[in-house]
Amino acid sequence: MPTSSLKPLKQSEFDYWAAQHLLNRAGFGGTPDQVQAVLQMGLDGAIEYLVEYEEAVRPLPLDVDQFDSDIMRPANNMERQLGLQARRNGDERALEQLRQQRQQRQRQDRRQIAQMQRWWLKRMIETGRPLEEKMTLFWHGHFATGYRTIEDSWHMLQQNNLFRTHATGNFADLVSWIIRDPAMLEYLDNNENRKGSPNENLARELMELFCLGEGHDYTESDIKEAARSLTGYTFDDDEFVFNSNQHDDGMKRVLGKTGRFDGDDLLRIILGRTSCSEFICLKLYKFFVNDLPDGMDANTRKFIQRLAAEFRKNQYHLKPVLATLFKSEHFYDRANRSALIKSPIQLMVQTVRSLRTPSDRSMTALVGAGDLMGQNLFQPPTVKGWDGGRAWINTSTLFVRQNIVIYLLTGQGPETMAWESDNIPYDPMHLLEHLDQDGNGTDRIDAGVTYLLKFCLGTNPHPERVESLTTFVRSNGNRLGPDQAIACLCLIAAMPEYQLC
Amino acid sequence: MTTPQDHAYSRRLFMQQGVTLASMAATLPQFIQRSAAGMLMPEGSMLSSQAGVPEDQVLVIVQLGGGNDGLNTVVPYGSDIYYKARPAIAIGAPGSSRNNAAALSIDGADGIGLHPAMSEFKEMMDDGNAAIIQGVGYPNPNRSHFTSMDIWHTANNSGTRTNGWVGRYFDCTCKGTPDPESGVSIGRETPLAMVGDQQKPVSFENEEFFKWQGQNLNSALEDPYHRITRSGSLEPVPSNNQMDFLMRTSLDAQLSSDRIRAAVAKRPLVNYPRNRLAQQLQTVGAMIRDQMRTRVYYVSLGGFDTHAGQVGTHQNLLGQVSASLKAFHEDMKAQGNNGRVLTMVFSEFGRRVRQNGSSGTDHGTAAPMYLVGDMVRPGLHGVHPSLTDLDNGDLKFTLDFRRVYAGILEQWLKAPSKEILRGTYKPVNVLKDGLA
Repeated sequence: MPTSSLKPLKQSEFDYWAAQHLLNRAGFGGTPDQVQAVLQMGLDGAIEYLVEYEEAVRPLPLDVDQFDSDIMRPANNMERQLGLQARRNGDERALEQLRQQRQQRQRQDRRQIAQMQRWWLKRMIETGRPLEEKMTLFWHGHFATGYRTIEDSWHMLQQNNLFRTHATGNFADLVSWIIRDPAMLEYLDNNENRKGSPNENLARELMELFCLGEGHDYTESDIKEAARSLTGYTFDDDEFVFNSNQHDDGMKRVLGKTGRFDGDDLLRIILGRTSCSEFICLKLYKFFVNDLPDGMDANTRKFIQRLAAEFRKNQYHLKPVLATLFKSEHFYDRANRSALIKSPIQLMVQTVRSLRTPSDRSMTALVGAGDLMGQNLFQPPTVKGWDGGRAWINTSTLFVRQNIVIYLLTGQGPETMAWESDNIPYDPMHLLEHLDQDGNGTDRIDAGVTYLLKFCLGTNPHPERVESLTTFVRSNGNRLGPDQAIACLCLIAAMPEYQLC
Repeated sequence: MTTPQDHAYSRRLFMQQGVTLASMAATLPQFIQRSAAGMLMPEGSMLSSQAGVPEDQVLVIVQLGGGNDGLNTVVPYGSDIYYKARPAIAIGAPGSSRNNAAALSIDGADGIGLHPAMSEFKEMMDDGNAAIIQGVGYPNPNRSHFTSMDIWHTANNSGTRTNGWVGRYFDCTCKGTPDPESGVSIGRETPLAMVGDQQKPVSFENEEFFKWQGQNLNSALEDPYHRITRSGSLEPVPSNNQMDFLMRTSLDAQLSSDRIRAAVAKRPLVNYPRNRLAQQLQTVGAMIRDQMRTRVYYVSLGGFDTHAGQVGTHQNLLGQVSASLKAFHEDMKAQGNNGRVLTMVFSEFGRRVRQNGSSGTDHGTAAPMYLVGDMVRPGLHGVHPSLTDLDNGDLKFTLDFRRVYAGILEQWLKAPSKEILRGTYKPVNVLKDGLA
């Protein structure tokens, strides 16, 4: 059983496979060379490099100028007048024209959100700050907001950059920005939450999904009162607006406290609860350490409580907590190695980054595959985000998971899918470069196949797996050249254990 | 020469041994499946007409996600309170023009009608093939989508999410030999309702994507691929429970792939509307027609969370539901399977009686369920919940949803509801007299 203590791993136990585990979990994996480089940094150095990335690595330019912020802007005065006039006069032709203009803008915006999906996925593949993008993805799943509901790609991008800015910053800051984020306000109808006619949607999720956990520590009455505190929190175009006319400034009673609360007071009260730190640490744990399909043992529960205590002690600053987590012996425990089911994004990005497959394959294909595997960027299924863990896996997603890796390796996609096939060659031999070049052909096949398996699976391969692949190589050229290695990788990706990291 | 008894015997044998046979003879599953199908189903025959073949009833579950507004679906137009609570969104009485919407009347119902977009559903009611069960809910209603949906899926409100009620039905009937085809759900996510401890459903969104592409690169990959994916388990088991789970799912995926793609390739006998629900039901129809062993199919449609400006959205959604259910029913008739297939429609909760400030409705409690099929006891069941005796602005349920499950389990699937639902619920009479 993993220890309940937060104590760090002994430096002597930080070996090549521990370094790979760290790179997989705190980022999206790395090539054999990159794993080696992280190993050389030592445990403390490696964690500083990954967590203190603002100092360590220059960011990729955001390059947001490629996007149009105005596609879904609200109508200006003149346009509103035209619309009113047309309605008043019953001018069907003018009304029809306005409808068509709106539809055209919606189509354009849908193209832009698709462009943003490719942009973000590419960023995850290319960034030198993997934890920054991984935490951005974490927050996107946590404060889940769906494009199809809000239909404004620029608001989604604004929110995405908010997650990136605060990726490893302070959770309290991030929540206070979230209740002012146009995408969120629209998604959870808070622009409709007004004095005298409250809409509870944001208030409920703030407690249930964002801060405290479902059914924990609050009542239906707390939600109703919290909703009153959030009245008047709305937005105009791309900016937050506090509409004091629509704010209910009466007395409220939330979580045992009474006062004329607004949104900031509400957050102070919610974040003051111990359950808030525990809830966030449990989510981080499930994302980074173990998704706990069989529930928690006593040590794990204790470990998460201790992590939560650190979180409170650090006033909700994330970096110290993440560093403690990634350094802990608990994180490297056998029980937590190859124990997480990869999210679809993790599966694709880790495959590209660790095998160094061509990064210029069609991002459209990858985004589409993500959707088929249940993870469509900017479109989580519900406000609860992605369940993760075993929910990623069913008989259907398993095939897509196998096939998208074939596509990454070969550029060849199924005919029925709109994955643009290409002929960009992939050279897998760099994975085997450091292996001893001595030995006869048979030994080299065995050693090469065994290493590929271990590198891809993160554990010692089962003899049956080695046997399957060596049999294949021996009867197909009897050497481990590029073609055979690619074929082996296709087969490894079809192994159930490739779904774990 | 074969007799019906031979068919029945072979079928049972195949159901018991299907998985083992297929996984032993890794290169032959298609052959086995074809020959098994050939033995069982002489062209044009129907399982239901074969003597000695029990267990051929099918249940189709349709989930309306987001919380369908029951009060605007089954409309209490006889009540003034309804109109006072919902000035902007209420549906008018039959013949009236309030809010440009007049309810469709239901035979024999007093002051209760259907949303005008439900005309096909009304036709099925008039034909005696559809039913509405009113006021369905459960004690201490939860207004969170996810928790309430979990309660409906697990059939318990204690918050454990380990397995679902249909999954437990499979576990209870499979007697230790899980058949991966017993449950099929269409969609990206596997519904918790269908997940048992032993039995996991097949789920897929699109049958075209439901196979491995590696052998297209090089046919030499086929043998090692089969060896890898159909091995079932590696002894000694290398690591953890996650591996067992992944191994089992991998094997199920292989066994179901060829079978389902073959079934769905055929053109349907009737035209289905073009919407997401209809497409899913069309796929289910194809699988039923192809005599798959599946007992429960699961499809879903989302978007019912109508917090703001609900009139148009809701009308559109109900129109899709009504037309899709009708097309599916027609398909079953054309196939001659209308006596075998019962469809059940539910949502995780209804919505609050009073409209909110955005011409929409917030999360509520009790709501109707809907049943379709030749065997269904038609008409309105149960009591419409009171609009005056409310719990915090919400309807009080008049019938526990587990009583509907119990009715379906006991009367239709012939399964012990007490064991599956883990409690005693008086079954609702869902079937016509003489069928139960």
